[in-house]
Amino acid sequence: MASRTPAFEAASEAAPSAASRPAVISIEDLRHRYDDRIALDGVSFQVQAAELFGLLGPNGSGKTTLFRILSTLMIPSGGRALIMGRDAARDPNGLRRQIGVVFQAQSIDVKLTAAENLWHQGHLYGLSGSTLSKRIDEMLEHVGLADRAKEYAETFSGGMQRRLELAKGLMHHPSVLLLDEPTTGLDPGARRDLWQYLRALREEEQVTVLVTTHLMEEAERCDRLAILNQGKLVALGTPVELKHEIGGDVILLEAGDPDSVAQRIQRRFGMEAAVIGGKVRLEQENGHRFITDVVEAFPGEIQSISVSKPTLEDVFIHRTGHRFWTEANGEHQ
Amino acid sequence: MATQSTTISVSAAPLRTGILLPSFTLWWREIVRFYRQRSRVVGVIASPLLFWIVIGSGFGTSFRSGSSAGQQHYLDYFYPGALIMIVLFTSIFTMMSVIEDRKEGFLLSVLVAPVPRSAIVLGKVLGGTTLAAIQGMIFLAFAPAIGVHFNLLQLAAIVLTIFLVSFSLTALGFAIAWPMDSTQAFHAIINLFLIPLWLLSGALFPLSGASGWLRIIMRANPLTYGVEALRGLLYPAAQTSLPVASSIVVLLVFTLVMFGVAFVMVNRRTTKPAA
Repeated sequence: MASRTPAFEAASEAAPSAASRPAVISIEDLRHRYDDRIALDGVSFQVQAAELFGLLGPNGSGKTTLFRILSTLMIPSGGRALIMGRDAARDPNGLRRQIGVVFQAQSIDVKLTAAENLWHQGHLYGLSGSTLSKRIDEMLEHVGLADRAKEYAETFSGGMQRRLELAKGLMHHPSVLLLDEPTTGLDPGARRDLWQYLRALREEEQVTVLVTTHLMEEAERCDRLAILNQGKLVALGTPVELKHEIGGDVILLEAGDPDSVAQRIQRRFGMEAAVIGGKVRLEQENGHRFITDVVEAFPGEIQSISVSKPTLEDVFIHRTGHRFWTEANGEHQ
Repeated sequence: MATQSTTISVSAAPLRTGILLPSFTLWWREIVRFYRQRSRVVGVIASPLLFWIVIGSGFGTSFRSGSSAGQQHYLDYFYPGALIMIVLFTSIFTMMSVIEDRKEGFLLSVLVAPVPRSAIVLGKVLGGTTLAAIQGMIFLAFAPAIGVHFNLLQLAAIVLTIFLVSFSLTALGFAIAWPMDSTQAFHAIINLFLIPLWLLSGALFPLSGASGWLRIIMRANPLTYGVEALRGLLYPAAQTSLPVASSIVVLLVFTLVMFGVAFVMVNRRTTKPAA
């Protein structure tokens, strides 16, 4: 990410026209329940054309469920999911033509070469002959695997396999690309490359990209975000907008008795103070000035104090009242 | 990733994909994956040969001589059943690849492609059919060694029978494998009715010798018609309970039904995760 400001400008420029354009992805009151558990509880949002849209949430928040429904692998128990006006439940084949999908799990056949993987993929989308061979060369070049075209995918590194995966998803020039936690298992360099590539796709080819992630730093790079928690949409907006709503700085205090300090801060300063993860957490404008007041008010009780600009994690805490990673959702699914 | 240096063609993929291209590509993948695994190739070629050696030395000396018209010897009797058995095992077990594809994730990318679901069944099933039929043919190549000769027309009918048996059983294997998530479970289910299916097909003992209730089961067993058809074609003099043409028609119907079952399985979309 170069800086936060350009992203914000781009988003605010796009905002007026976004309302008039029809949504590319439309999620309408989407509900899903597995046997014993509600995975999605009435989620609605829309993604505009050529947006890099992030779906952020901890494990078990419902984002994988939403991804499965959008990619037509499963029908929802209620509500609708549409891409380019095609209903995922009613017109799966119509929708499938619009999308390229990159799964979190591997979907390339490692017993085949890179080129063979793309060859089969092309056939599944009706490409053949010289059009297909041209496209294969092009895509391999594009993801930097041209010199490895004839090698078996099982000899590739994780980053290379992921790139092949991406090439596979883009073989047929989809107008919408869905990616489920695409950077899982990648080293930081490969991660950065992938995100640069997604940005380029959106800017140069106007591909609408929806990407799920549980990583805050990845979510920061999206044009807009939907934050899910326990099957519900808890926040929707650009990363900058979302952080702005916190209003000021986030102050964290470490104290011997955080609960009592929090109560006394509430009484004395008339502001919300919560204890999260053993620390007292406050949101306050001009935090740097405020901390001197706090330290003076509770002499000797405060062990450490920090002031920071709000992060997306703060947005999550602000909206849900608990941390992004908790004991409950730390376990898988 | 070199994003700036390359140009991107803007021609979008055709919006309609037929059934042939995706079927072909899935079929071809089965074949490629097969011949790249040397042990599988060895197994497919060696098992009919091994079978021959065992049969040849076990029954051969005692039964080979004097297979004149009218009287059938046990080796001759057993031959069509052995052919069916080889085809049966290979057909069904190749569909273990459905479970592997699901586990390895390849199936996911096929499922989200705008491919007719029938093409998925057709491609996978034809892949297994090809391998099973090849094995059947290898076994068939030794028929002259036991004094069985056939003309081209008979050969064509034999190949058709082998193809139908292979295809229907592979489709059955597909339908069983589709909802499963472990190859162990697949083995368990297969063994449960694969062996009885073969034992009660007339491969070991004739229909006419079976008691009443057993005969009903054998009549209902589609594999019986494969064995009967082959026997009728290989030994025109042998007694079969049905004309060869009728057996082939029954096989054809069974093949269509099995394909239909597999198709319904793949087409079923539920609120459960597909993979």
